[in-house]
Amino acid sequence: MNDTISVTIKVWRQENPDAPGRFETHPQEITTDASFLEMLDLLNEQLNDRGEEPIVFESDCREGICGTCGLMINGRAHGPQKATATCQLHMREFEDGDEIVIEPFRAAGFPVIRDLAVDRSPLDHIIESGGFISVGSGAAPDANLTPVAREAAEKAFDAAACIGCGACVAACPNSAAQLFTSAKVGHMALLPQGQPERWSRTEAMVEVMESYFGSCTNHGECHEACPKEISLDFIAYLNRDYVKAKVKNRALSGQR
Amino acid sequence: MVQSIRERYRVQPVRAHKRNWPFPLNIYQSAVGRKWVMALTGIGLVGFVLIHMVGNLHVYEGPARMYEYAETLRTLGGGLVPKGLILWLMRFGLAGMFALHLHAAITLKDMSRHSSEDSGIMSGAKKYAGGRDHIAATYASRTMRWTGPIIALYLLFHLADLTWGWWLGPDFVRGDPYHNVATSLASLPVAALYVAANVALALHIFHGAWSIFQSLGVNNPRYNHLRRGLATGIAGLILVGNLSFPILTQTGLINEDNRPCPVNDSTGLVCLAEQAEGH
Amino acid sequence: MEPTPTPLLDPKVPNGPIADMWENHKFSMNLVNPSNKRKFEVIVVGTGLAGASAAATLGELGYRVKSFTFHDSPRRAHSIAAQGGINGAKNYPNDGDSVHRLFYDTVKGGDYRSREANVHRLAEVSVNIIDQATAQGVPFARDYGGLLDNRSFGGAQVSRTFYARGQTGQQLLLGAYSALMRQVAAGSVELHNRSELLDVVVKDGRACGIVTRDLLSGEITPHSAHAVVLATGGYGNVYFLSTNAMMCNVTAAWRAHRRGALFANPCYTQIHPTCIPASDDFQSKLTLMSESLRNDGRIWVPSASDEGRLPGDIPEAERDYYLERKYPAFGNLVPRDVASRNAKTVVDAGHGVGPLLNGVYLDFAAAIERDGHDAIAARYGNLFDMYQRITGETPYSTPMRIYPASHYTMGGLWVDYHLMTNVPGLYAIGEANFSDHGANRLGASALMQGLADGYFVLPYTIGDDLADLLGDPVVPTNDPVFTSAVAGIEDETGRWLSTDGTRSVDHFHRELGRMVWDNIGMARNERGLRQVLSDIPALREEFCRDVRVLGSANTLNQSLEKVGRVADFFDLAELMARDALEREESCGGHFREEHQTTEGEARRDDENFSHVAAWEWNGPDIAQTRHIEELTFDNVALSQRSYK
Repeated sequence: MNDTISVTIKVWRQENPDAPGRFETHPQEITTDASFLEMLDLLNEQLNDRGEEPIVFESDCREGICGTCGLMINGRAHGPQKATATCQLHMREFEDGDEIVIEPFRAAGFPVIRDLAVDRSPLDHIIESGGFISVGSGAAPDANLTPVAREAAEKAFDAAACIGCGACVAACPNSAAQLFTSAKVGHMALLPQGQPERWSRTEAMVEVMESYFGSCTNHGECHEACPKEISLDFIAYLNRDYVKAKVKNRALSGQR
Repeated sequence: MVQSIRERYRVQPVRAHKRNWPFPLNIYQSAVGRKWVMALTGIGLVGFVLIHMVGNLHVYEGPARMYEYAETLRTLGGGLVPKGLILWLMRFGLAGMFALHLHAAITLKDMSRHSSEDSGIMSGAKKYAGGRDHIAATYASRTMRWTGPIIALYLLFHLADLTWGWWLGPDFVRGDPYHNVATSLASLPVAALYVAANVALALHIFHGAWSIFQSLGVNNPRYNHLRRGLATGIAGLILVGNLSFPILTQTGLINEDNRPCPVNDSTGLVCLAEQAEGH
Repeated sequence: MEPTPTPLLDPKVPNGPIADMWENHKFSMNLVNPSNKRKFEVIVVGTGLAGASAAATLGELGYRVKSFTFHDSPRRAHSIAAQGGINGAKNYPNDGDSVHRLFYDTVKGGDYRSREANVHRLAEVSVNIIDQATAQGVPFARDYGGLLDNRSFGGAQVSRTFYARGQTGQQLLLGAYSALMRQVAAGSVELHNRSELLDVVVKDGRACGIVTRDLLSGEITPHSAHAVVLATGGYGNVYFLSTNAMMCNVTAAWRAHRRGALFANPCYTQIHPTCIPASDDFQSKLTLMSESLRNDGRIWVPSASDEGRLPGDIPEAERDYYLERKYPAFGNLVPRDVASRNAKTVVDAGHGVGPLLNGVYLDFAAAIERDGHDAIAARYGNLFDMYQRITGETPYSTPMRIYPASHYTMGGLWVDYHLMTNVPGLYAIGEANFSDHGANRLGASALMQGLADGYFVLPYTIGDDLADLLGDPVVPTNDPVFTSAVAGIEDETGRWLSTDGTRSVDHFHRELGRMVWDNIGMARNERGLRQVLSDIPALREEFCRDVRVLGSANTLNQSLEKVGRVADFFDLAELMARDALEREESCGGHFREEHQTTEGEARRDDENFSHVAAWEWNGPDIAQTRHIEELTFDNVALSQRSYK
């Protein structure tokens, strides 16, 4: 199980957002027990020893939950293993002699900061526009006052499992953020607590999303790339709720 | 808004917020709403294609029945409305749906292109310099933007060929579709073009018909697994039906060897009408 | 050395019976008029559970809040990785839980080294947290009636743990993050992402602001405020290998310490028994496997040392189920510290398993045989999948390999009942402070404490302090205290970049971590601590001379970020060793081999060490001064733990 393989790393290097980028190639020997990011750590250590600047890539928890990491590996967001974030990918998924192409997550909404690090703040802007339930600290009623059907709670969790890594946008040929947004909207739309703001939330979040990202054409790549396997169903619910919201918001503002 | 100290690192929206149009037009201002329009017009267009294909199957009953079918379309509404009015209304409806479908598609594609080009570093439309490995996206879904224009061009050709008779010349007899079809499709290049275009059409429908459910949010976990099959079924049906016409003409199954009536727009049509009566 | 109590350490615990203390105190505290709140600026550093909940709540109240995170998004904070659950004394299962019982369990679990008043308040507000989180849309597990489900966790005898699959921390953080983003949208919170705190600024003895580095542009910026709240987490990464995230660090707390804040109980660190052991020398971090696995897994090692056979080939008679053997009553469910120490003992004795002989087996064969494959898959399926992704082995057929790893740090900045450090205007909340867990934290209590501090404690207590400042402007950022702090940071940055060394920052961090793990880890002794006290300065000297930080200061430069953090870890490690050396007793996470019972259990010395040790910075290269806060236990009777 402790095999060592030789791979060729072809990695994107880019000084700053405005500089042109290029690929850089490095041979690397690595044990298959190492994680993908540890392979890059090791490469960085070697670069540092040689006096070359290490490759900038982001990661934090390395447990697949914080959503900080995210690389395009051989043309796939988060690499070849399904339902696995980059940090949980291990080198045993690769063969001796493989060439591994590493690129940043790309989209106009995710400008490259440096090398493999991108700015995903538009995802925060989407949340800011309505991805919350307005309840001030201390204003909450007893938690068991509102029962929630177990199925609804479970389904809401399926959506809430989103880690906000942006792989859906990276994998989407249209750079659409539908899966992210629909997961956020869906999570709250399924719970009774989310109902009062359901329509205004949906409308606001979709519109901010569309100011940064592309249009969903239902390829389904996002679901395949998603480390949490968020279902495409949420996109359908979002589409339904958005148009409903347009109608309802008129009604709520007394125009009908 | 989230603060970034250096404006240089601030992610700019790809598109600015526009003034809201009055309801319900404002729905069309958003991509999600535009996808609704694409889905709804898509339903209309797929429905038309399906009915058109089924209607055309009359060709296998011979020239007289084909004439009768065409005449039925023109006299829809019976004596209540002027002849051809309903048909023209339907044509305008179709043209409108087609135009909306096209406009939405072009603008959405444009939006996606703007959202995919990364900060000017990559040239061309390719999102990834190192290539992409698609997992879920099918050939059909990725070629919608090619099959769409192919269908549009084919539609123009099809209208010019069999509705307006631009190049059949004296061979084109208005009101005798059987003759026109048999004549046009007898030419190998024309038949080949029809085959190619209908493959594109079927691919387009294969993704489009499935996509309709997603875009409209028609989603019920109990029936979701049927959606792919339904889309495949519709696309397949249209493909088989539509391909049968050029192929069977080429193989000689559709021909004018046993034609009872002469080919012209006076006596010929009268003869066809009588044939159909006596059927 | 005889520690001397000093007036610095007045915890300002109100008088009166503990059950009504917080309620009465809320009434007696000063209030800030709603329209005056906007005149106060508050800086909150960190956006984990404590930081995000505090910033959101202060924003809701009307304070002008600046929230700082060095992540790209507030939602990345490491609270997100907590798996198990959050305690709340709701008593929904009707099994006899109460605020008092949670209070009692927490004090006892902390091995009687926490402040009773704080713990009681924590237990009181725990019920509000559950309400708040539920209202925010946190999808807690529910039963078929649609009401909240509870489970028993970490050996507690009542079911008081609320959970959301294995992702409770994530869901709670997303709740706090959404509350924060609501305030950002409302304009009451100004969010500074990718900004790292590098200094705390103190003027005339009062905290007046911070200095940050923008991680993208490298800009060093001063920020002033009426109060500064640090919610910057724990220091577990001093071990290099820990279950903490890659970027977790002590820098914010440490820089505050250098500006005068006392650092309390640094030797109290928690080692979690069930983590996946390192697989090679360049392992970057360790992954926690939920403690719940011990409910069904049996822990064993081969009886023979240097066993070469695969686990399946080792007959039952040649296996040592050491926990079941030594602790027949609790067996595999002994508390975290006991399980951890015993694993270390058997591995040190040469019974370790795995390629690097650095683990023990956690075997599910018996459970699978008893309950069936499907039942086990339903209970632990996602954990087994995670284990398989990391190790390439499936626990359904091969026993898991586990080993303890650093997980949580109970020590931190000393705070009083108001969560204020000894520096007026400077607060520490969440894992960054030392207050509520004593010498050992109970499972599912970290999330509770972070949110309690942020939602329900700090927002009250901060007003009491700010009320006195009404009308005072903030110290302008062109004041000499700020400019000299900025210059100091720029100097430091320049120094690192011009150190013409040869080794990477990670190299030194790994070396330091090994030293700290071996000597200030699960078991400490005087010899080792004295050794490490001379080794650390030597390594630090080499670090300062030979570290290589490439690149420039005005771009995203991850080596530069790390070097300052590791420098602070060096200082902290030394203090941990001194604290561990001075604490001549064993308690909770601090196990001194000299102080154990004949059965090998921790032996407390309540007579001499029933106190908090808080250290005062005296300048670089000068030993810190040890202050103490006496702990009194009026509501909980002291007893010795026993799990036989």
